[in-house]
Amino acid sequence: MSSTRELPATPAPTASSGIKGKSVRRGDTVFRGLSRIAGIAILLTMSLIALFLVWRSIPSFTVNTANFFTTSEWFPDQTPPVFGIAALAFGTLMTSIIAMILAVPVGIGVALFISHYAHRRMSAILAFSTDLLAAVPSIIFGMWGLEFLTPHMQGLGQWLNDYLGFIPIFRNDLGQYSKSIFIAGVVLAIMILPTISALSREVFTQVPRGNIEASLALGATRWEMVRQAIFPFAKPGMISAAMLGLGRALGETIAVALILSASNSINWHFTEPGGNTFAANIALRWNEAGSTGLSALIASGLVLFIITLVVNVVARGIISRHAEFRGGN
Amino acid sequence: MTISRTSQFAALAMIGALALSACGSDGGGGASGSTIGGQPCVSGEIKASGSSAQKNAMADWINAYQTACTGATINYQANGSGAGVTDFSNGQTAFAGSDSALKDADRPAADARCAKGAAIDIPMVGGAIVLAYNVSGIDKLVLTPDVIAGIFANTITKWNDPAIAAANAGAALPDATIAQFHRSDSSGTTDNFTKFLTATAPSVWTYDKGKDWKAPGGQGAKGSDGVTTSLKSTANSIGYVELSFAQDASLAVASVDNGGGAIEATSANAATTISAATVAGTGNDLALTIDYTTKTGYPIVLVTYEITCEKGLDSAALELTKSFLTYTSSDEGQSKLTENGYVAITGDLLTKVRTSVSAISA
Amino acid sequence: MATVGSGKFERSTSLLQDALAGRRLPRWGVGAVGLTSLLAAYLLNVLTVVDGVAGTFLVAVLLFVIGQTGWSFTVEGRRHAVDRLATTTVYAAFLIAVTPLVAVLGTVLVKGFPVFSAQFFTTSMRNVSPRSEGGGLYHALIGTLEQVGLAALIGVPIGVLAAVYLVEYAPEAKSRRLSSAISFFVDVMTGVPSVVIGLFIYTAFILTLGLPRSGFAASLALAILMLPVIVRTTEEMLRLVPRDLRESSLALGIPRWKTILKVVLPTALGGIITGAMLSIARVAGETAPLLLTTFLSQSINSNPFKGPQAALPTFIWDQFTSGTDASRARAWGGALTLIVLIMILYAGAKVIARLTGAKKS
Repeated sequence: MSSTRELPATPAPTASSGIKGKSVRRGDTVFRGLSRIAGIAILLTMSLIALFLVWRSIPSFTVNTANFFTTSEWFPDQTPPVFGIAALAFGTLMTSIIAMILAVPVGIGVALFISHYAHRRMSAILAFSTDLLAAVPSIIFGMWGLEFLTPHMQGLGQWLNDYLGFIPIFRNDLGQYSKSIFIAGVVLAIMILPTISALSREVFTQVPRGNIEASLALGATRWEMVRQAIFPFAKPGMISAAMLGLGRALGETIAVALILSASNSINWHFTEPGGNTFAANIALRWNEAGSTGLSALIASGLVLFIITLVVNVVARGIISRHAEFRGGN
Repeated sequence: MTISRTSQFAALAMIGALALSACGSDGGGGASGSTIGGQPCVSGEIKASGSSAQKNAMADWINAYQTACTGATINYQANGSGAGVTDFSNGQTAFAGSDSALKDADRPAADARCAKGAAIDIPMVGGAIVLAYNVSGIDKLVLTPDVIAGIFANTITKWNDPAIAAANAGAALPDATIAQFHRSDSSGTTDNFTKFLTATAPSVWTYDKGKDWKAPGGQGAKGSDGVTTSLKSTANSIGYVELSFAQDASLAVASVDNGGGAIEATSANAATTISAATVAGTGNDLALTIDYTTKTGYPIVLVTYEITCEKGLDSAALELTKSFLTYTSSDEGQSKLTENGYVAITGDLLTKVRTSVSAISA
Repeated sequence: MATVGSGKFERSTSLLQDALAGRRLPRWGVGAVGLTSLLAAYLLNVLTVVDGVAGTFLVAVLLFVIGQTGWSFTVEGRRHAVDRLATTTVYAAFLIAVTPLVAVLGTVLVKGFPVFSAQFFTTSMRNVSPRSEGGGLYHALIGTLEQVGLAALIGVPIGVLAAVYLVEYAPEAKSRRLSSAISFFVDVMTGVPSVVIGLFIYTAFILTLGLPRSGFAASLALAILMLPVIVRTTEEMLRLVPRDLRESSLALGIPRWKTILKVVLPTALGGIITGAMLSIARVAGETAPLLLTTFLSQSINSNPFKGPQAALPTFIWDQFTSGTDASRARAWGGALTLIVLIMILYAGAKVIARLTGAKKS
């Protein structure tokens, strides 16, 4: 170290041989090695996560007497063990889909509002607030959903049943509207909204001014400008924002565990109490799980891990296809 | 230049953190003595985890012990009986709180954790599982096992069902749908409640007993606190929770008639049932078998155990664990339970509990 | 910045349009339609089945959309009608989003503020019964600061170095397989749910290695959760450092690694710190991994490596699930504290970004 410290004082970069040159190279090798190790550490962590989940879930697969993929029940600790992820997969997908349907259009609308509709001073404040809200912890949304939102959703559930009840997903035969997949979806939508809008806003503000001005100069209205100049440019960014939101919704744990009336069955009446998700199931069952139960929960965690992996691969695929159109940067 | 600004910032943050760590204090001090429950204080720190049913009882005991013995710190994490037993078996904790005695499947691992001898179940906290309800105008309600099973199996769906009315002559039962709440997480409360149903109403309750709710219908809520929150915010609702949670939430609770007349859901009535339980364990292991069909006491009860090593607990934890459990099984400790909606262990059983605790040794 | 430019520009173009096309809605048009819709909705509320504040407001919005679009269509033509419809939709989206978010913050503020007191921040929950009032979250605050700080100590260097590798060294490596694998898995890592990371630390460190649960175990989980954000933001910042700066430094004979340490990283420092603080704010409220990896304590423990240690999220969880009025109030107080803490971190990140002139939004 001490020898290299004098280096800037050396007059010319010609000293590529000799002692000093060697230490230069050594310094470079060390630093390069360190940064490489850091990169490899990330790869290693990911493989370790996968490895441990697989290893620890194997015991449950060997004793399960039911089909892991088509069974809804979750009784890994009874003899014989019976458990499967059908209901978990159903609940996870449905809550996430509801969340996406609600949050993506609204999130993109908010992003547009902040980047191109609101006043400049106001938009800075709004941008900061949405960023901030993206970091409000899950447990707080869960407490709020349980104590504040659930009582307020009764009316909407009733209305959906009364006027749209002919569609199965809105029908409610029980007359009870709390603790449903629908409410969980709404809470998830609120949670992922800031993520989606913050990321979309970022790409919207990166749209080259030339594109916007050219569009307006041609006499386009503001909306036409948005469609012609902003959306095509920002499409990959919007998709990745939505996918990140989806990732957060799929894995959301504490909020869903607090809100859902977890029951491991498949019910298409979304406003009725019931439903469960991978992550919430882990939080709810981990406490009382025996050895098989724990292994079964890790197995469900593995499935969730694989699902998020697939979502990311798909998202990357879409983005790289669109990135070509965008013309590189 | 930027570097120096960063280091200034870091230094500032460091100073801030140090200043912060100097200004707090563990609260709730008070006069400190040197004895607790008629025995000398022991200093040190132990960890325990498990049953959330005994969470608030543990909190009160720990507070009392730590107040009397300022050198002791006892940490109890209410992460559930299953996790508690796993923690104990892995050597993470000195004892586990559990809603059920050690299962055959968990026994080898628990015994292996103890350097010498076996792990023992010591019943310490009793509880009454009550049927809490929220129906305006009804402040007294009597239910029979068949009616309870019918409500939770969804064969009785209206409050003015003839079966309910038959046991509650004169009550103005509303013509409303029953909103039934159960636990959505795995729990010992559900385990004991469904054991009661299978024992007393086998013809109506056709579902299995266990830690997980298996009947269709109704609504689930996470934790006893989740059930009471839901009951309070839902009209015409009923659910099963531990007595202490119903009291904390000021909910009305039903009496249960096992065929010998209605028995109120009180701490004293539940204590009758628990003290009549037979010991199924051997030696100092006090695993209990409860008679849910009793006609003399309140029948829906649960007993939570402390599971620890009879011999061979690590020396660092041994003295404090023994001293703490001696305190909890003393008259002083057990009387704290009744104050807070739990059920005390009484009679012969309490004597056996004290014998088991005194047998804990290196 | 682009907003102002386009706004000005747009105003002048619409003036031009006015001159060319003439017919636009009068300036008071929007207000008039809005007022009429509100009145009509109110009448409907009184006279017909429409009821409730939310329902009435919804009808008013619907009437406004129909009225404005219809009027605009007849006066200004289809294109302007669509534009007005889009504007209304964007404003509506904003309102729809703001309502629940304000409700969340409002609820936390209203329920959490009453328990705030000097005692709440300077004492622990030691010897405080769940039923009685009083006690505090000092022990949890210390725990969170230490756990998150430790996580940053582990996560930030690894994340920054990995980003340095991706930006500075990978382009000239013989094979791009390693760098594209790293970059792919960083993306995947962003999506791995926190509960899965918690399960990983639990199975690896606690079940397999038999280590006790501790604040440090939580730090490891949090560090993994922080990594992807740090790598991504640092990468972005490093790419913004002008090539000339690197090249002139190298041309002076300064070795590569010193160029990176003394020229590239300091230039990007503001952005890197911002990214690090944002990632810290993200993980500070994580609950699920902490439940699996820490041992809850009611007493102060300032050593994250040994013994049970509380944290704000687990404090909130514990108090919320105790189910008494006093403990619920403390849980909301903890929630408010956590939000304020995160807000401070965010504001800090913004201030640093501004001071150092980083262009990260």
